[in-house]
Amino acid sequence: MNHLFSFSRLFALLAKEMTQMMRDRITFGMMIGIPLVQLALFGFAINTDPKQLPAALVTTSQDQFTRAIVSALEVTNYYRFDYVGISAKDADELMLEGKVSFIVTIPADLSKRVLRGDEPQILIEADASDPSASSGAVSTLSTVAKQALTRALGTQSQQDSQLDIVVHRRYNPEGISQYNIVPGLLGVILQLVMVMMTAMALTREVERGTMENLLAMPATPFEIMLGKILPYLGVGAVQVIVILVAAKMVFHVPFVGSLALLISGILVFISSLVLIGYFISTVAGSQMQAMQMSFFFFLPSLMLSGFMFPFKGMPYWAQMIGEIFPLTHFLRLVRGVMLKGADLEAMRSPMLALMGFTIILVILSLARFRKTLD
Amino acid sequence: MKAIDVRNLVKRFGDKTVVDNVTLSVEEGEISGFLGPNGSGKTTTIRVMCGLLTPDAGEGSVLGYDLHADQLKIKRQVGYMTQKFSFYTDLTIEENLYFVARLYGLSPARTYVRDTLDKLGLTSRRHQLAGLLSGGWKQRLALAACIMHKPKLLLLDEPTAGVDPKARREFWDEIHDLAAGGMTVMVSTHYMDEAERCHRINYIAYGKLLTSGTVDEVVAQAGLHTFILSGKGAQSASRMLQAENGVDQIAPFGNSLHVVGKNKALLETAVNKASHQFDVRCEPGQTTLEDVFIQYMSGSTDNMAEPELEGK
Ligand SMILES: Nc1ncnc2c1ncn2[C@@H]1O[C@H](COP(=O)(O)OP(=O)(O)OP(=O)(O)O)[C@@H](O)[C@H]1O
Ligand SMILES: [Mg+2]
Repeated sequence: MNHLFSFSRLFALLAKEMTQMMRDRITFGMMIGIPLVQLALFGFAINTDPKQLPAALVTTSQDQFTRAIVSALEVTNYYRFDYVGISAKDADELMLEGKVSFIVTIPADLSKRVLRGDEPQILIEADASDPSASSGAVSTLSTVAKQALTRALGTQSQQDSQLDIVVHRRYNPEGISQYNIVPGLLGVILQLVMVMMTAMALTREVERGTMENLLAMPATPFEIMLGKILPYLGVGAVQVIVILVAAKMVFHVPFVGSLALLISGILVFISSLVLIGYFISTVAGSQMQAMQMSFFFFLPSLMLSGFMFPFKGMPYWAQMIGEIFPLTHFLRLVRGVMLKGADLEAMRSPMLALMGFTIILVILSLARFRKTLD
Repeated sequence: MKAIDVRNLVKRFGDKTVVDNVTLSVEEGEISGFLGPNGSGKTTTIRVMCGLLTPDAGEGSVLGYDLHADQLKIKRQVGYMTQKFSFYTDLTIEENLYFVARLYGLSPARTYVRDTLDKLGLTSRRHQLAGLLSGGWKQRLALAACIMHKPKLLLLDEPTAGVDPKARREFWDEIHDLAAGGMTVMVSTHYMDEAERCHRINYIAYGKLLTSGTVDEVVAQAGLHTFILSGKGAQSASRMLQAENGVDQIAPFGNSLHVVGKNKALLETAVNKASHQFDVRCEPGQTTLEDVFIQYMSGSTDNMAEPELEGK
C-alpha cells in the first residue's frame, strides 16, 4: 500500500464527507436555495453612473473638428481616451478583452464634409454587456458632440452643424442589465457558498474534536485536504448548473460563447475558491471565526470585483485592489464568454490570473497542512 | 523490544510546561496504567506518543518506530481512543465503522464492520446516529472502532469515564483478552480499582512522572503507614487527629477511619492517644493505592497554579 496516498483512504474520506453533507438538510438546502434567492434579488439591476470610462479613438484625421469633439467628450468626464489613432481592428480587440468600454470612430474626411455642409457620421460603439456602465455616457454623447461641432464652426460659418451620430450597443443591443448581472451572479454565488462551506467543513472537525481522531488514523494531510475539497467542487458544479439553467430559462441571457471555455474557467475559479476556504479553515479556530473570515474576504471582493459597480468606473486604487480577487477575473471571463463570445485568445489574461491564484493557493494550503494538533 | 520507550519528553504550551522530562517504557503485551490528577498531562503525553503532538524535546520509539521520523507508521499500528468521543455524531454507527475500516484499508470492509457490530451487540441499532448513543455506549463503540484494525498498541484515554460497573467489568475483561493476545495497552484512568487491574502503573503529576511500577511496588515505594480506627468515637477522634503531628491523611470509610502517615513512630503515638481518649478500636491496616496517590497529590504543586503559589 502506498504510504502517502491511497485511493481507498481518499474514498473513505469522500464517502464520509458526502454522507454528512447530505444529512445536513440546512446546508444542503443552502446549496440550491442561495443561488435561487440571490438570482431573484439581484436580477433587478443596480444602476450606477460611472465616469472616466476607457475609450478608444479610431481616426486618421487631426483636424480642429475632430479635436473639438474629442475634447468635448473628455470634458463630460464620461470618456477617457486611452487609445488614440489606432486601427478599427485593434479597437475591436481591445473591447473584446474588456480594456475599453467605447470605440469612437471619426471619419478621416470629417472637416472636408463639415465645411462642405454635408452630414458627416460619427460612430460610437459602446460595450453594452455592462449597460449600467455605458448608459449615461451614451445618452450625453450626441448633444455634447453636436455642441462641440457648432462651437468649432461658429467662427467660420453661421450655418447649423449637421452631425449624424450612430450609436452601436455591442454585445447587448437592448441594454438589458440582467444580461450583465446574471453571469456576474454566477461568480458571486459560487464565491459565497464555496469559500464559506469549505472553511467551515474543516473547522467543524477541529471544533467537534473529530480532528484528533482523524489525525490519529492513517489518513495523510493531503488525503484529508482532498477529501474536504472534492465534495465541495461537486457542490459548486450543482450550483453552476442551477444558475446557468436559470440564466437561460428565466432571464433569457444570451449565451454566445463556447461552453467548454466557460466550464474550464469555472473549474479553475471554483478550485481557487475551495482552496481559499481550506486555507481559512487552517487559520480559524472555530466555525464562527471561519464564517467571519469568509465574510471578511467576501464583502470587499463583492464591492471591488466589478459586480456591484462597473470596474472601469472605480478609482484607480480600488481597481488595483480589485485585481487581487479571483472574482474580478472570473467576472471578466464569464461576461466575455457568455455575452461577447470571446475565445481563449481574448480571455487569456483572466484565465492566466485565475490559474495563478489557484497555484499560489495550493502552495499556501500545502504549507499550512496540519499533521498534528498543535 | 519495548512497545513504548520514550525518554525525556518535554511538551510546552506557551510558557507552560505540560509534560516535563517524562521517561516511560512499556513492555510488549503489558497493560500499563497511566494515573494522575486532572490537568497533569496524561492526555498530552498520550498525544505525543501517537504522533498527534510534536514534542519540544525528548526522543524515543513507539513499536520500534522513531517518534519523530515514522509518525505515519506509528499511526497505522496504534489504536487511540480519545478522552472525548471523537467519532462523527452525525453519522450512523455503521457509517462510522465503515469509515474507520476503509481508512485503515481493512478489506473486505463489510466483514469487519459486520463482525464488530455483532460483537458489540449493536447490529439492530446500526442505523442509529452515533451522537444519539448514551455515554457508555459511545465509549464501547469507540473502543470497538479503535481495535478493528488489530493495532499492536492500544492507547486508551479514560475509556471508562461514565460507564456503568458491569460494562466497566466487561471493558476490562476485553482489555485483558487483548493483552493476552499480544496487544500492548496503555490506559489512563482515575479509578483505583482499574489501576489495580493493570500490570504496571505510572503516576504523573503536573507534568512530572513521579513513580512507576507494579501496584505493590508503588505502594511500597511510597513508604506510608496506615492505621484503621473503628468504633463510636471515630468522628471525634478524626477531629483530634487532624491537629496531631505525623498524621498526613485521614479518610473516613463508612464507620472506620484510615489514618495515614509517613513517619511510623509519630503516627503510632498519635493513634494511641486517640484510642485512649475516645471509644475507638485501633489496628494497623493496608496502605491503599489511593492513599499513596493522595499523598503524592498533596505533595506536588499544581500546573495551573500561579507562580507565587508554586513554591508553597
Ligand atoms: N492545546 C493546548 N494548549 C494549551 N494548553 C493545553 C493544551 N492542551 C492541554 N493543555 C494544558 O495542559 C495541561 C495538561 O492537560 P492534559 O489534557 O494533558 O491533562 P490530563 O492529565 O489529561 O487531565 P484530565 O485528567 O483532566 O484529562 C492542562 O493544564 C491543560 O490546560
Ligand atoms: Mg485527559
